[in-house]
Amino acid sequence: MIRRRIADTVAIAVAALTVFPIYWMVLSAVKPTGEIQSADPRPWTLHPTLDHFRSALGVSGFGRYFLNSLTVALAVVVLSALVSFLAAMALTRFRFRSRTTILVMFLVAQMVPVEALSIPLFFQIRDLGRTVPGIGLNTLGSLVLVQLAFSLPFTIWMLRGFVAAVPVEVEEAATVDGANRLTILWRILFPLVAPGLAATSVFSFITAWNDFLFAKTFIISATEKQTLPAALLVFFKPDENDWGGIMAASTVMTIPVLVFFVFVRRRLVSGLGGAVKD
Amino acid sequence: MSNSATIRRQRLTPLWLLLPALAILVPMFAYPLYQLGLLSLFDYGQPQVSGGVPARFLGLGNFRTLFGDQVFWTVLGQTVVFAAGCVVVTLAVGAALAVLLTRVGRVARTTLSFAALAAWAAPAMTGSVVWMFLFDSNLGLVNEVLGLPGYNWLYERSVAFALVGAVVVWHSFPFVMITLYAGIQAIPESVREAAALDGAGAFTIFRRITAPMLRPLITIVVIQSIIWDFKVFTQIYVMTRGGGIAGQNMVLNVYAYQKAFASSQYGLGSAIGIVMTVILLVVTLFYLRALRRTGEAL
Repeated sequence: MIRRRIADTVAIAVAALTVFPIYWMVLSAVKPTGEIQSADPRPWTLHPTLDHFRSALGVSGFGRYFLNSLTVALAVVVLSALVSFLAAMALTRFRFRSRTTILVMFLVAQMVPVEALSIPLFFQIRDLGRTVPGIGLNTLGSLVLVQLAFSLPFTIWMLRGFVAAVPVEVEEAATVDGANRLTILWRILFPLVAPGLAATSVFSFITAWNDFLFAKTFIISATEKQTLPAALLVFFKPDENDWGGIMAASTVMTIPVLVFFVFVRRRLVSGLGGAVKD
Repeated sequence: MSNSATIRRQRLTPLWLLLPALAILVPMFAYPLYQLGLLSLFDYGQPQVSGGVPARFLGLGNFRTLFGDQVFWTVLGQTVVFAAGCVVVTLAVGAALAVLLTRVGRVARTTLSFAALAAWAAPAMTGSVVWMFLFDSNLGLVNEVLGLPGYNWLYERSVAFALVGAVVVWHSFPFVMITLYAGIQAIPESVREAAALDGAGAFTIFRRITAPMLRPLITIVVIQSIIWDFKVFTQIYVMTRGGGIAGQNMVLNVYAYQKAFASSQYGLGSAIGIVMTVILLVVTLFYLRALRRTGEAL
């Protein structure tokens, strides 16, 4: 009983320590500037204020960057869900010659240091923009495209387990009832795989939402197309940082991901099991 | 529908289903990878980018330059040490907490799971920024609590690496903890009970039953962590302002980026990218072997 009590205490202490940086971020975002700059920081505030949020979202245009980030992330989530569902179907429901090769390539693709690909992609996107203006430098389309490409190998790999878990008998029954392939795919299998899609969506959402490197590389001059992570650096001044503003902007950036995570928490663990074990 | 038509459709379908994925992956992933290899063989700098001067083929010249440069070896060395340190600490913390989770009550378990989830969810960018604020030399809470006013955590190479490493571990231990906890839960209770009946103690059960049954999962977690921590970019770039004082905190990823985009040596930057890709490919081969040993049918 005492050992259990000690274990509980340790676990809660670790939890408090783990969550503390996030608590400190939110706290500093609502602290008045005077308290942030005081030499004696306190872990609470008696005068919460939304000033930092107001200046971040209003003056510094973070509302705009928030919408940009959201647009890119949601586009990546929707497109990667559709594309990886189809690919996962092909790789689990059919046996064909190059199947294993393709699977191994998806696995290897997850290991490629995509950061290094920013060099050739910079030139490729620049040249693409000359023919297709929507996906050149300084466009959100370019970010959607590369983030989609980087998330697919993982989402396809992970979704396989969920597709495999749907019994083939379901499809057979539908065929007997006269449903054609397209109906089976979208009306029967897609809803059944939806929990798996929720889990993979977290990963594609986070890849896209957190991206800093490609936003920094591709959005070179059009500041109104900037996304949150790259825009946050604007707050850093060489001499005196506006920590209140930085923490408010960080809070705005963290909340959507937190909500997303809590929303799909259970799916996440089972999805990981699928990805790791399958 | 005739029988042969059905068979032909059967054969065509997987290709149609894979087509959207390939239409994105070939031009946006495979082709850039090929271009990275190609660029690494050329002298490609600002004059070539502007279009005035044709790119000069160097063969392995960029690699010769790289391997002859003491800085490259230093960066490679500290990338390996930094990644190894992050992996070891992440695994130790994650595994210890996974075991702890099996020993605590419901409330403590939920609390720790949610806290870990929050750290996991926090974007690398916000994590870096918040820790920078906590460790700020003048206004940071840590210096205040430790009574070290004005101490700069980014001044010394190893201290700066340790701080960035702490952020990386904070972001990545939840994955290890939750995965291993799920793995432990998946071991049937009856196996442990049988061992206990045969007189095995808690330590023997862990060493002879839990650990061996978890080994495939642990291998996968280790290799995933190596791959992630070897590629850390945002935390280093943001926290040490692009690689630290005089570039003392460079890792390969940041080094490649700076060579390409800060000093316009795109060919040399690509060569560094190729070196990273080769190293990670070797790690991947071990990963594939480990996967095969777990009995996975691809």
